[in-house]
Amino acid sequence: MAIEVRIPTILRNYTGGQKAVEGSGATLEELFADLDGRYEGLRERLIDDSGVRRFVNVYLNDEDVRFLGGLSAPVSDGDTVTVLPAVAGGAR
Amino acid sequence: MLTISADLRAKILAHARADHPDEACGVIAGRAGSNRPERFIAMLNAERSPTFYRFDSLEQLRVWREMDDRDEEPVVIYHSHTATEAYPSRTDISYASEPGAHYVLVSTRNPEQDEFRSFRILDGEVTEEDVTIAPE
Repeated sequence: MAIEVRIPTILRNYTGGQKAVEGSGATLEELFADLDGRYEGLRERLIDDSGVRRFVNVYLNDEDVRFLGGLSAPVSDGDTVTVLPAVAGGAR
Repeated sequence: MLTISADLRAKILAHARADHPDEACGVIAGRAGSNRPERFIAMLNAERSPTFYRFDSLEQLRVWREMDDRDEEPVVIYHSHTATEAYPSRTDISYASEPGAHYVLVSTRNPEQDEFRSFRILDGEVTEEDVTIAPE
């Protein structure tokens, strides 16, 4: 078993068009590092020096990882990580 | 070109008026690939702000999963500006990340007059498009 990571349309050019990919690691940070080995550039679109980028939402199962400790959130086999582009904007 | 029913157009405008002076936001889902908006989904503005909007992240996950299960996609993503024109701001452009969506902007700055416009936003480039009201 592995951890399933669901990829939004806008980032599928990093995954060869796949809607979901699999990876491994003990934390979200390790999982993204593992994915970057096979899907180069994906990690950089998801995180920066301060953690999950403000333009994306990352969910572990049903929870926003911002509420779970961000990149240090523990993950394990069978978990599902979902990435969605944040929908935001405004007059300013 | 965005083709939308008069009913859905009215729902977006009504939502924007109801939340004024805060910005209102939401999605109209449609069958994937159809380019036809059908199912109106008003979203919470987690920012509750007159100058910013952001979908509540957990509500967004729920709604996006539901669309996935129903073989739908976000055909329209709408929000309101409450004191400025219905045109994408720099913030709107920097966040725009659904290349297939019609970005609808409305303005509630004038209580007497509706402003309803539609745009494509791709790689930072904004293209306004015609809006056609579909017969019911």
